[in-house]
Amino acid sequence: MTYLVPLPVVMPLLGAALTLILLGRPRAQRWVSLTVLTATVAVAVLLLVRSSIDGPLVVEVGGWAAPIGIVLVADQLAALMLVVSAAVTLCVLVYSIGQGMADGNEETPLSVYHPTYLVLTAGVCNAFLSGDLFNLYVGFEILLVASYVLLTLGSTETRIRAGTTYVVVSLLSSVIFLVAIGLVYASTGTLNLAQLVERLDALPDDLRLVLQGMLLLAFGIKAAVFPLSAWLPDSYPTAPAPVTAVFAGLLTKVGVYAIIRTETLLFPGGRTATLLLVTAVLTMVVGILGAVAQSDIKRLLSFTLISHIGYMLFGVGLTSSLGLSAAIFYVVHHITIQTTLFLAAGLVERRGGSTAMDRLGGLARLSPLLAVLFFVPALNLAGIPPFSGFLGKLGLVQAGIDDGGVLAWILVAGGLLTSLLTLYAVARVWNLAFWRAPHPDMPEPGDAAQAARTSGAVQPQQPVTAGQTGAVLPGMMIAPTVALVAFGLVLTLVAGPLFDLSTDAANDLLQRTPYVDAVFPGGAP
Amino acid sequence: MTPNLTYVIVVGVLVAAGVTLLLERSLTRVLMGVILLGNGANLLLLTGGRAGAPPIVGGAPQEEMSDPLPQAMILTAIVITLGMTAFLLALAYRSWHLNGHDEVQDDVEDRRIMDLAERDEGPGDADAGTGDDDDDAEADPERSLTASADAGRAG
Repeated sequence: MTYLVPLPVVMPLLGAALTLILLGRPRAQRWVSLTVLTATVAVAVLLLVRSSIDGPLVVEVGGWAAPIGIVLVADQLAALMLVVSAAVTLCVLVYSIGQGMADGNEETPLSVYHPTYLVLTAGVCNAFLSGDLFNLYVGFEILLVASYVLLTLGSTETRIRAGTTYVVVSLLSSVIFLVAIGLVYASTGTLNLAQLVERLDALPDDLRLVLQGMLLLAFGIKAAVFPLSAWLPDSYPTAPAPVTAVFAGLLTKVGVYAIIRTETLLFPGGRTATLLLVTAVLTMVVGILGAVAQSDIKRLLSFTLISHIGYMLFGVGLTSSLGLSAAIFYVVHHITIQTTLFLAAGLVERRGGSTAMDRLGGLARLSPLLAVLFFVPALNLAGIPPFSGFLGKLGLVQAGIDDGGVLAWILVAGGLLTSLLTLYAVARVWNLAFWRAPHPDMPEPGDAAQAARTSGAVQPQQPVTAGQTGAVLPGMMIAPTVALVAFGLVLTLVAGPLFDLSTDAANDLLQRTPYVDAVFPGGAP
Repeated sequence: MTPNLTYVIVVGVLVAAGVTLLLERSLTRVLMGVILLGNGANLLLLTGGRAGAPPIVGGAPQEEMSDPLPQAMILTAIVITLGMTAFLLALAYRSWHLNGHDEVQDDVEDRRIMDLAERDEGPGDADAGTGDDDDDAEADPERSLTASADAGRAG
């Protein structure tokens, strides 16, 4: 079964090449992308099943043996992340195809969208599967470069402005990561994660702390942890809705995944646990206070995104099995829910012509389906029982109480406060955009379709502008949003087995031996 | 293994110059900063490996060979930096095309807050005499929100 492991990286890359060849033929491009991503979902599910039965699956790329060659490792954590991110990218792809077709620019889409999107998927999968620190860096670079292109699609003035900040900050974090890799190699002579386990343990404590700190700093910027998060709400909301959705769901979580992996596998013992816990509570509270002050739905959601990264760090910082498993559960839940909310915000923008809350109103009456599609994930995000958001937070709170330290109790309090404020923030969106009387500026059912047509005719060169509105929401945009809402509900239904799975993954991570044994069956050289 | 002092100093100078340039407003200078930083990081990678004869089997005894792995990693990093340089140049050019300059602009939120502060200080503002206006704006989010929305419309 190990031949499956490289497929989530290889298939999207081949798909990207194929869609580049098919540049002038959007219909063929769409079929290639859909096929590739559907296959990726299938492979990811198979990997998850196999890795939970047989333990981690390892492939030595190119047949070179482990410490010299690069390994790809699909353990339960990596496979779980792959399943969720592949499912989310597939839904967002369908949504963006629907948006492109509904905008009437079927013949003139931005032809680089499909190849770039597939490269982004390959980068994300590579980062999850990588068993080598430098390959992790390459995975990050693949997904970042693709994200630069996606963020500045159409290169309008606002996107160039937002893209500049994003690119410069990401470049800085990449350089820090690269320097950290240089230092790790200089002090241990290897970059293979499994081999590093032993060699890092042999290093002096202060040197290990420097390496750990540099890696944390690099991943912290990517994961948008509080003092390093200012770039996110400024850059994400300007991108097209599907792009923002996939960024919000995946890119920061790849950073969180890297933090989980390095903190458990390479640097166990929780020497930075206090630091992680303090930044976790700051991320949660500062992030959500930012969300409360926003008047635009997309910006508000960007701030809730930052805020909820804090929950995951909370679980990692506790360093207990329960905390870690709750953190993994929370990552899965949050990827799904945050993406769904951004897709719903895209639908709001389409129906109401804007995401500024003071220009919206009455959407619950004008479009009841859209109201449901926003309401369910919003409550889920806020952690209302019985949704998965509540279960994830419950696990974290339990882990915090089990820990019993002063800091853990502060985090429990901070987590509950953040949950309440999240509820307040999404309730404000609900009241202003959905519940009150319709805003006079909003398009009426009759003239809107025509307005969409004329605006499409006026600006054919800007296919991804989100300014086009219509009273009738296209089915290709509704269907993936419904699917993701349903996926979020399924996460609630299968929360028990999912929590068992994340507990297994957490225990494997804390033991460290399953990972090392899988890479070096005969013991580490 | 003891690192070469010359390398370490050069790395330090490159990184320091890179960081200084990265803090500039003009995107072209930021680009120079990124290039210098990248080179600094690459040189640091090189410092991590053993120096010696070319690592070709049969050319020299294995103990005298240099470590090929950092060199392979640097090659990868150079390719990535090259791509990024091209992308940043395109970004700077597009920014110049659209705005007539290539400066990194303020965050939307920062600008909004600055606009608010200016409005509060303005002579025509009715609230101007009532005390510390910044505190007012923070204490009353609804007011600041409507004000910012008005500012957005006016702009």
